Amino acid sequence: MNSLLEVRSLKKRFGAVEVLCGVDLTLEAGEVLAVIGDNGAGKSTLIKHISGVYQRDDGQILLDGQPVAFGSPKQARKAGIETVYQDLALADELSVGGNIFLGREPTRRWLGLLPVVDKRAIQQETQRLIDSIESHIPDGTSTVAGLSGGQRQAVAIARALYWEAKVVILDEPTAALAVMERENVIKLSRMLASKGVGVIYIGHNLIEILEVADRIAVMYRGRIVHVARSEDTSQEELIKYMTGYTDRKTA
Amino acid sequence: MATHEANLPAGRTVKKPTSHRVAVKRWRLPVETLVLGLTLLLWGVMSLSTSTFFTTNNLINILRQVSVDSIIAFGVLFPILIRGIDLSVGSVAALSGVVCATLLTMGLPIPVAIGLTLLLGVAIGSLNAFSVYRLGIPAFIITLAGLQAYRGGAFLVSDGTSVFGLPKEMASFARAEWLGIPSLFWTMLVIGLILHFILSQTRTGRYMVAMGSNYESARRAGINIKRIVFFAYIVSSLAACIAGILLMSRMSIGSPTAAVAYELNAIAAAVVGGASLFGGRGSVLGTFIGALLFATIANSANLLGIDSFWQMVATGVLIAVVVYVDNLHKRRQSGLK
Repeated sequence: MNSLLEVRSLKKRFGAVEVLCGVDLTLEAGEVLAVIGDNGAGKSTLIKHISGVYQRDDGQILLDGQPVAFGSPKQARKAGIETVYQDLALADELSVGGNIFLGREPTRRWLGLLPVVDKRAIQQETQRLIDSIESHIPDGTSTVAGLSGGQRQAVAIARALYWEAKVVILDEPTAALAVMERENVIKLSRMLASKGVGVIYIGHNLIEILEVADRIAVMYRGRIVHVARSEDTSQEELIKYMTGYTDRKTA
Repeated sequence: MATHEANLPAGRTVKKPTSHRVAVKRWRLPVETLVLGLTLLLWGVMSLSTSTFFTTNNLINILRQVSVDSIIAFGVLFPILIRGIDLSVGSVAALSGVVCATLLTMGLPIPVAIGLTLLLGVAIGSLNAFSVYRLGIPAFIITLAGLQAYRGGAFLVSDGTSVFGLPKEMASFARAEWLGIPSLFWTMLVIGLILHFILSQTRTGRYMVAMGSNYESARRAGINIKRIVFFAYIVSSLAACIAGILLMSRMSIGSPTAAVAYELNAIAAAVVGGASLFGGRGSVLGTFIGALLFATIANSANLLGIDSFWQMVATGVLIAVVVYVDNLHKRRQSGLK
C-alpha cells in the first residue's frame, strides 16, 4: 500500500543558497502531520513544492504512488492538494458560499438559455457543509468581511472538505487567531483527518502541535532532522532538534 | 531547559484578537438608500418650492440627462469593481460621436456607421485591458493617457469643428418617446438591466467581485483573470461609445468637445452609489441612483438660477460627505481599524 503523499530527496536552490537539501517525507491518509522548524528552516519552501508554487531542482513527489510534477497551484489543486494559506485568500465581498464555490460555481440555464450561477444550490450545499463541520459560521449568505479569523479559517477548511481534497496543507492556521479560536481550528484539523484527508500542519506553537498532530517532522536548515509520533516526544526534544542542538552534539 | 517549557518558541504573537466580534450581525444601511433618500428629498423640496420642477417637460429633461450619464457610469463601474479605473470614457464618448457622425456624413447607412463605431469601442477597451494586464501599466495612467489621446483624436477626425449634416432619423432618435418615456431612458434601461444581470447572476460578475476584493483569492481559485480584465474594460469603452452616439443624436452634431469631464461624473455617480474605489463593491442600481442625484442637483440649480460654479462646489462637497459617511459606517461595523 502506497502512502498518500511521498516526498523523496527533494532539492531546491535559490541562487547560491540551498534551501532544501534532500527532504524525505511521507504522509498517510487520515493523519495530521505537523511540520515544524525555526524561521528559514525550509517549511514554506517545502509546502510550496507540494502545492505547485515552486518547481523542484531534484527529487520526486508521489501522490498515491504516482510521480507528479505540478506546474502551478491550479494543477496541484486539481490533483486534490488544497492549501489553506495564512492570509486565507478569501474574497471579502463574496458570501461564505460564494467563497467555497469560487471558480467552481454550479450553474443553471436561465430561461433555458443563459448560464447563470445557481445561488440556491450554493446556499443549500453551504448550509449542509456548515452544519456538518459544526463551525460557528452564522449564515452561509453573509459576506466573509464580517467574519472573525477563526470563522474565516473554517470557511477555508470547509472549502477544502467540500471539494474532496486528498491532501490539505494548513500554513500556520492559528497564527493570527485569538486563543479561544485556536481550539476550533485544531478540532477542524482533526475532523479533516477523521474523514480520511491527509493534513500537513505547519506551525510554531509546540503545545498546539503536540495536541493536533499524529506525527511531527522537524526541519532544520533544509533537512528533516527528526520525525516522531506525538505521544513519543516532548517539547524539550523537539526544541533540541529545531535549534540544531543535537546536530552540534553529534558533529 | 525546564524554564523554556511553557513558552518556547512562542511563535507568532497574536496579531489582533478578533473573537469579540464573532457573532456580529451584519446590518448596514446601504449608502444607496441614503442617496436615494437625499434625491427624493430634493425632488420633494423642488416640487413644493418651484412651479417649474414637477412638470412633464422638466422631468423628461432630467430623464434624458440621467440616461446618458448613467450609461457612462455603468460602464465605468466595471473597471472600478476589479479595482481598476477608466478615465478615458468622456473622451471615448466624444471620439465615437465624431467618428459616427463622420461615417454618416460619408453616406454610410446608420446601422453600419453605428456598428463600426462600436467596434472602435471594443478596440479601445481591448487596448486598455492589454495595457493593464499584459504591459502592467496602472489603469489610472493608461486611461489618463487615453483621456488626452482620444480627445485629440476627436479633434483630428472632425478637423477641430463639429460634424454637421446627420440623417434625420439619427437626430430624431434622441427626441423620440415611447409610452411617454424618452427613448434615451429606454436605452439606458436595457443596458442597465443587461449589466445588472451579468453582475448579479453570472460567474463573470462574481469573478469581478472576487478579483476586486482579493486578487489572490481569485487567482488561486483558478479564475481566468485575463478574460475578466478584458471584459471589464471593453464594457466600459463600449458603454462610453454608446453614450457618445446618443449624445451625438441628442445634439444633432458630432462634437469633439462633447462629454468633457464626464468620466469624473461617472466615477462620482458609481462611488456615491455605493461602489468602492478599492474594488469589489458596487452595483448598477446604486450607480443609477448616484447619477440621478447629480442630474437632479444640476437641474434644480438651473431652475433656481444658482450659479453653475456653486453647483460644482456642491457636487464636490457631496461626494466627500457621502463617501465619508459610508466609510464611518463600515468602520464602526467592523469594529476596528
